[in-house]
Amino acid sequence: MLIARVIGNVVASQKNQRYEGSRIMLCRQITPEGDDMDYTCIALDSVNAGEGDIVVIAQEGWSASTAATGRAGAAIDSAIVGVVDYIDLLPSEKK
Amino acid sequence: MQIARVIGTVVSTVKNESLFGRKFLIVQTLDADLNKKGNPMVALDAVGAGVGELVFWCRGKEASFPFKRDETPTDCTIVGIIDSDAHMRNGEKKK
Repeated sequence: MLIARVIGNVVASQKNQRYEGSRIMLCRQITPEGDDMDYTCIALDSVNAGEGDIVVIAQEGWSASTAATGRAGAAIDSAIVGVVDYIDLLPSEKK
Repeated sequence: MQIARVIGTVVSTVKNESLFGRKFLIVQTLDADLNKKGNPMVALDAVGAGVGELVFWCRGKEASFPFKRDETPTDCTIVGIIDSDAHMRNGEKKK
C-alpha cells in the first residue's frame, strides 16, 4: 500500500458500469515525510476522502474492487482504503 | 516476500470498515545485506510487529489471506517477524 495525497477528482460520464456511484480520485504518491513523489494515479474512494487528504491506497485488484464496490471482479486496481491522521516515523528515518 | 524493517506507524481513524482494529505500519524493504531498497510503503500487520523490528511481508491478493474476514483490502501484509539479524545468513557472510 502507498501513501498519497488526494489532488483532485476525476469526472467521467462514460465509464464501466461497475464504477457507477463511486468517486474517482486523482492521487499523488508522497513520502512518509510528506514530500511529493513522481507517481500519480487514480483510485476509487471507499472512505469519503476529500481533496488535500493524505490517504492509504491499496493497489491490488481484488482488494480494490471489494473495498470500492463491495464486490470482487470489477476492472479496478486501486482503491483508497484509509485516511491518514498522522504518521509516526523512527527518529533515525527522518530526514 | 521480502525482508523489511518497520520504520513507523500510520494512524488512520477513517478507514474501510473491514480494516477496523488493524494496524498500518510503514516498512522499508531491505536487500540480503540489510541495505535499504526502494521506497518505504505501508503494510498491514498480521503478526503483532512493532516499530524497529525486522520483518518480512507478502504482496498481492495473498496479502489478505491471514485475516479471517477475507474481505480485508490489503496488497501488502507483514506475515513474520525475524528473530534477529544474527539469524540471517547471506552466503558465507554472517550479518
